[in-house]
Amino acid sequence: MAVDRLPPAADTHERQLTGLDALELIPAKRTSFGLRVWRHAWPMLTAVVIVLAIWQAVVLAGFWPEYVFAGPITTFGDLANKVTDPEFYQALATTMRRAVVGFALAVLIGLVIGAAVSRVRILRAAFGSLITGLQTMPSIAWFPFAILLFGLTESAIQFVVVLGAAPSIANGLIAGVDYTPPLLLRAGKVLGFGRLQMYRHVILPASLPSFLAGLKQGWAFAWRSLMAGELMVIIAYQASLGEQLAISRELSDSPGLIGTMIVILVIGIVIDMLFEAANTALRRRWGLRQEQ
Amino acid sequence: MTAPLTEHADSRTDAYAVRLEAVSKMYGKDLLALDRVSLAVRPGEFVCLLGASGCGKSTLLNLVAGLDDVSGGEISSGSKIAMMFQEPALFPWLTVNANVEMAMRAEKVGKDERRARAQELLDLVHLGAFGKKRPHELSGGMRQRVALARALAQEADVLLMDEPFGALDAMTRDILHDELERIWRERRPAVLFVTHNVREAVRLGDRVVLLSSRPGRVVEDFPIELPRPRRTDSAEVATLAATITDRLREEVGRHGR
Repeated sequence: MAVDRLPPAADTHERQLTGLDALELIPAKRTSFGLRVWRHAWPMLTAVVIVLAIWQAVVLAGFWPEYVFAGPITTFGDLANKVTDPEFYQALATTMRRAVVGFALAVLIGLVIGAAVSRVRILRAAFGSLITGLQTMPSIAWFPFAILLFGLTESAIQFVVVLGAAPSIANGLIAGVDYTPPLLLRAGKVLGFGRLQMYRHVILPASLPSFLAGLKQGWAFAWRSLMAGELMVIIAYQASLGEQLAISRELSDSPGLIGTMIVILVIGIVIDMLFEAANTALRRRWGLRQEQ
Repeated sequence: MTAPLTEHADSRTDAYAVRLEAVSKMYGKDLLALDRVSLAVRPGEFVCLLGASGCGKSTLLNLVAGLDDVSGGEISSGSKIAMMFQEPALFPWLTVNANVEMAMRAEKVGKDERRARAQELLDLVHLGAFGKKRPHELSGGMRQRVALARALAQEADVLLMDEPFGALDAMTRDILHDELERIWRERRPAVLFVTHNVREAVRLGDRVVLLSSRPGRVVEDFPIELPRPRRTDSAEVATLAATITDRLREEVGRHGR
């Protein structure tokens, strides 16, 4: 009994504790911004070079005459001319306006439907599988109906864009609410949260990653629907990217056609990268991402 | 330590922070998890609930916390209850500060006061400098201290702890025992601490209540009268722990046949 050492005094104790903390924390390793950009950029650049090489090779093989299938050099020359033309920017602006308005509407509707369906059990039973079903419906199949309802107007395009994107966004939110970790719900309950506080402080923040994934998928559907719509619903005196595609085909303007396709592809990639950046930032904040 | 026991039957809730009377819990039709458990924790008392797996220790805490409903009997607690889990259960999207402040949201405490109290509590658990970090940037032991600060922020009179140090290494656990004891002596909440570690129970408790397994029943109530602060590796703690371990093994042995 007497051999027992005394328990550590308060300041010794504090020193031991902070010592342990210091030992357990791994100092953060920061790589420079330039290096991180380069790490992401070089595989992409390599891929672009390979695709261009294959493209040129196919053109050189001569399966099609040059006026049907233009090569990269002609196409990019044509594209360089195009980006100095104000009409191109009008077309781009129209398309982007439609995309932003349609996507915003889809987010709003998706949020309302997702929130309602995830909260109310009867709505879930009734509409849960219908929403998933809608996601698998090819959006182009909606166009005849949309044109019947709205005529050859922008409303017809927006209608299909919203129908294409909203189910994914709603589903993302529903999945996020469903997969809120039960432990956090219990923690919220112990902290004395009521139903509304639980939603605001626990369930909604917890469903953010899944919601973000839904937004990303929703955007992809919206962009596809929009391109299909602009090809099918051509409105006079309103230039758009889809309309330019249609005109290039009618004029057999191969470089113009491929150039516009490249513009559409690049816009899709850039916006996807924005979503990916948001996702990465979120994962880093939550500690879900392993820094390499 | 002991609150004065009043003569009046009406004020009995004052004499107990938590009181369970013949509490039973059934899961489904035939799984009896808890069988008429009676237990009282006085204000400021540190009670350890000890038992092998399947004794319904965690079930009991969930019932007291109101996370689950009793099947029979009654739980009375006139006081506010906070709870800590085996995992820290911090919100990963919030900073350490905001996590602690979250405990005061339900009470609608003003922003400035929330901030001040959170800082004070983080200082108390020696994490004052880590308020702006996120939970994933801390070690397991540090996270559990944030969870303790958050539980304390509720200013509850009863603190339920469900194996809070179970997932930590022995070294960290030992230091956190000192830490918890210090804070408990400063703030004096009643603590109901669940563990399956006999030495931990003897190290911390004023009383160690031994539960049997399947169904959970109170087998024995050991008062621990060793002077504080104690050491987990002291001879007295070891001797008492050995006695309780024998009793626990005897209890587990009943399920052998």
